[in-house]
Amino acid sequence: MTVPVTPVSPEQGDLGPPGRQALRLFIRNKAAVFGLILLVAIVFMTLFGSFFYDQDPSRIIARPLQGPGEGDAPAFGTDYLGRDVLAGVVNGGSTSLTVALVAVLLVAVIGVSIGAVSGYYGGWIDVALMRVTEMFQVLPALLFAMVIVALFEPSTRSVSVAIGLASWPQTARLTRAEFLRLKNLEFVKAARASGASDFRIIWGVIFPNALPPLIVSITLIMGAAILFESGLAFLGLGDPNSQSWGLMIGLSRQTFLNGWWTVTFPGMAIFATVLSFSLIGDGLQDAFNPKLRGR
Amino acid sequence: MKQIAARIAWSAGLILAVIVMCFSLIHLAPGDVAIVIAGDSGAGDPEVIAEIREDLGLDDPFLVQLGGYVGDVVQGDLGTSYRFNEPVTDLIVTRLWPTFLLVGTAVSFAIVIGVLVGVFTARRPESPISHGVTVFSLTGYSMPVFWTGLLLIIMFASNVQWFPVSGMRDVRLDGNWLEEWVDIAHHLVLPSITLGVIYLAQYSRLSRASMLEVLQSDYVRTARAKGLTERRVVYKHALRNAVIPVVTVAGLQFGQMLSGALLVETVFNWPGLGRLAADSVFQRDAPVLLGILILSSTLVVIINILTDVVYRLIDPRIRVGAATK
Repeated sequence: MTVPVTPVSPEQGDLGPPGRQALRLFIRNKAAVFGLILLVAIVFMTLFGSFFYDQDPSRIIARPLQGPGEGDAPAFGTDYLGRDVLAGVVNGGSTSLTVALVAVLLVAVIGVSIGAVSGYYGGWIDVALMRVTEMFQVLPALLFAMVIVALFEPSTRSVSVAIGLASWPQTARLTRAEFLRLKNLEFVKAARASGASDFRIIWGVIFPNALPPLIVSITLIMGAAILFESGLAFLGLGDPNSQSWGLMIGLSRQTFLNGWWTVTFPGMAIFATVLSFSLIGDGLQDAFNPKLRGR
Repeated sequence: MKQIAARIAWSAGLILAVIVMCFSLIHLAPGDVAIVIAGDSGAGDPEVIAEIREDLGLDDPFLVQLGGYVGDVVQGDLGTSYRFNEPVTDLIVTRLWPTFLLVGTAVSFAIVIGVLVGVFTARRPESPISHGVTVFSLTGYSMPVFWTGLLLIIMFASNVQWFPVSGMRDVRLDGNWLEEWVDIAHHLVLPSITLGVIYLAQYSRLSRASMLEVLQSDYVRTARAKGLTERRVVYKHALRNAVIPVVTVAGLQFGQMLSGALLVETVFNWPGLGRLAADSVFQRDAPVLLGILILSSTLVVIINILTDVVYRLIDPRIRVGAATK
């Protein structure tokens, strides 16, 4: 006989009172709301910016290295070839955001699966998986990602995969810790006693309860992935065929002393994007754990 | 003690696994090293390529190559660089100390200033400075490190020429050892601030949080009740416990710092391991890359073990806790 499993726990339910309480705390947090608005603005600029500022970032439009306001230069000046820096900033976000999104999805899938299985089953499975995790954790992430990108031709896909492969261990550890904490609680025992399968217990019962810290961590990793992508692009290991903030800065490395605007504005775009994720992540952390506020 | 011995034993296994994985990754990936090397001497000649393959043992079965490599590494031989035609070990050793100097300075700067700021703000948690630290820590974390470096160069090496733009020493300088050290220190300022600022931000926030917690603990109340001065309570009793998480995090972040150092060295033309690594990626210099990957992983493992030891030394509770388990 199979009894339908209805996991009940005080922490569960995105729409239940705890979720609503978290949402309320989040909205009351000015910094977090600012981060959210910032992010929405950046995403909006990336998606629709070219409608409002219709300039081709790869076209040479004026004399090279003209500062903002000099001669016929556009608002953010021109780079070492005479291309419009503002057009680059407006169009540069799509690569960073796409790469970061794909990388984070990869991190979530690999990290959560390994962490969940490791924490739930324990024993030799846990030992084996944690050894693998540790192996990836001791490798210098940036260099490891550089090697992967260089071996498989720089492209949006290879860069995303490289960042994902270099970043998942942290998520695996966090998921494992959450599963270790939750797996012996009453509501999990109840589900097990009612005959639920392991798969069902892992994904249907424990996982939803492990979500809050994972959401916080994934938000912060999103920011880290943007930094990671811009670093790779800066070093010349981004997709050479797409516009990217990191690439703009990397290409201006020889000439930036003659034009501060060529590196300052693209850098501010990266900074603002990462900051928005940090603020949102922080706000979520406070909202899920009101006791830790102000830390 | 026994725990630490066991950790060292399986750490060796961990490093071996890293070697096998990195070697397989680099050698099974598409692209032929022989063509890259031959391309440089201007020959697409199949005979030349065959000769190079023969020389490097690239025609041997994969497992034979792997076995040979592991055997060499165990004996401290990391092979010969394709590009420089020099032993990889020598190349790495000459580049190691500039990186240590950079990372060491940056971390010390971050820990010392970070803890001081953290302690100061924890005593006045609602002051504007305290809120400023929270803002600063998010800002420091969100800035791409290479961008910070470029901005510092624009501000302090170009607009006002207080510090050199790049490099580690002035080639024109011909002085005694003291003048040389001063010169290196002068070159070190901007790169180490660039690298340190990220961690300074994190550590000040971290030590503020742990200080806030410690200041509310029973033993601090006891110390105050005994009538000790506030200064003595904070610096003699509370500080020690507030430093623990900072030291632990700093130890665990060592690998991350190497990544940061790679970018900072590229920006400042600092002749360290990071730049060697970046150059080797573009030149497909597999032996050097493998050597650096193995060495940095080993360093990370060693630092992690040391962190664990130091952690036990600073915090007697952990020793006692382990004994009673």
